[in-house]
Amino acid sequence: MKNMFKILQNKKIARDVYELLLQGDTSKIDEAGSFVNIKIDGFQLRRPISVCDLNGDKLTLVYKVFGKGTEALSKMQEGELDLLTGLGNGYKTGLSGNNPLLIGGGVGVPPLYYLARLLIKEGKNPGVILGFNALDEIFYEKEFQALGCKTVVTTVDGSYGIKGFVTDALGEFDYSYVYTCGPGPMLKAVYDKTVTSGQYSFEERMGCGFGVCMGCSVKTKNGFKRICADGPVLVKEEIIW
Amino acid sequence: MVDTKVNLCGIELDNPVIPASGTFGYGYPFCRYYDINILGSFSFKGTTKDERFGNPTPRIAECKSGMINSIGLQNPGVEAVINRELPIIRRVFKKKVMANVSGFSVEEYVYTCEQLDKCDEIGWFELNVSCPNVHGGGMAFGVDPVNIYNVTKAVKDAVKKPVIVKLSPNVTDIKVMAKACEDAGADGLSLINCIMGMKIDIARRRPVIKNKMGGYSGDGIFPVAVRMVYEVAHTVKIPLVGMGGISSAEDVIEMMMAGATAVEIGTANLVNPYASKEIIEDLPRVMEKYRIEKLTDIIGACE
Repeated sequence: MKNMFKILQNKKIARDVYELLLQGDTSKIDEAGSFVNIKIDGFQLRRPISVCDLNGDKLTLVYKVFGKGTEALSKMQEGELDLLTGLGNGYKTGLSGNNPLLIGGGVGVPPLYYLARLLIKEGKNPGVILGFNALDEIFYEKEFQALGCKTVVTTVDGSYGIKGFVTDALGEFDYSYVYTCGPGPMLKAVYDKTVTSGQYSFEERMGCGFGVCMGCSVKTKNGFKRICADGPVLVKEEIIW
Repeated sequence: MVDTKVNLCGIELDNPVIPASGTFGYGYPFCRYYDINILGSFSFKGTTKDERFGNPTPRIAECKSGMINSIGLQNPGVEAVINRELPIIRRVFKKKVMANVSGFSVEEYVYTCEQLDKCDEIGWFELNVSCPNVHGGGMAFGVDPVNIYNVTKAVKDAVKKPVIVKLSPNVTDIKVMAKACEDAGADGLSLINCIMGMKIDIARRRPVIKNKMGGYSGDGIFPVAVRMVYEVAHTVKIPLVGMGGISSAEDVIEMMMAGATAVEIGTANLVNPYASKEIIEDLPRVMEKYRIEKLTDIIGACE
């Protein structure tokens, strides 16, 4: 019953950011933007982390060390992890048009990688804006470029790429749709400054991660939604700030 | 073959394991993990007269040996529960379900219970007079013996189904509340609800929970729950449903020895959606290990 994943690799790729490669039963994972919920020994609640990439039975997660739970996770170099998989309502690729723009901020970047791959598979041409605070936080620029995506990086302190926020790079792209994930203020700025519709992935503290505890509820124009089960992806038109 | 059957207020349960309100939704989200018909019953999400969004987020905090929640009784309201949720429950669960009801006045409790009393899917009421997260609401009933008597009596007079009152541990003497419920005609008691707790984000110097504090649940409250069930079992004669930090078949046995007829599983369901199933499947093994033939033999067996 427990879905155990073997740890293949767990390495630091930027300041406080780790890339975890796992192997296990990924059959319930379908959409980009969905997440898994990881049990970490010694902690009561699981840690929800979005799917960064999927290749057969190999699952890539990229996470940031925020507290003791993720710190403990970052120290695991081998062994197995108990995961709940296929959680959440992810990004839908059907509405994207030919030139979707993917906008990620910090650890909002990972789910956009698998999304980019799925969009490219459908013959689309995604552009990518990655926003970070500073040079030592940057990750996955080369990975997006290797997919063939035009990729622009912004840093708040100007230590790399365009100085400023992700919205300062919008002029670099002609886009048909927006997919985004990142901190709340960034999502709001993207909402205000982009002209097309889009899908926005939100973060909330979760209890269960599968829709029963009502810990992560938000109000939307379509009623109350659970970020873990009805989200984390919401469409632009239903968002209430 | 061991016998796991128990009788809760006149309704026989295949086993004493009941997922607790607020940790099981309206049951069906768990169908993706297992056939929930193996459960004794389950207590559905606390329902009020009107729809409620609940408290602002963050509503959840990890803390030592447990978690803190401040949901604030988010639910779609009794009408939507009857028209939308119960028909789904009927399709996926063939046993009687426990209706957890909350309110902000005696009249509201009575109204909501009267509506649900007509529903065949429901076996018992569980009156939540102890939600720690609603200011001036449910908690006020749970901490005052006169209020708790009045609401219990009013609901008892209004409905046919058995009424179980869910007690708060956040009182100076839970025995006084238990006795008030029994005097008012309660058919049973369930305990304990969450213990008020708080978690501070030391980097930001502010509470993690937006409402500052909330209900502490999980492993850490188990010994408190066992103690309170034991005390109440020695105070009243009506059956008890024990809960608070139960996460194993051994915990079930311990809670029953303290005086519980049945048990509710709460936080464990959130951590591991298979928790209630695993506990039920492990019960026969643990019963054999401790030479228990019938679970009913151990209710209150602790001296």
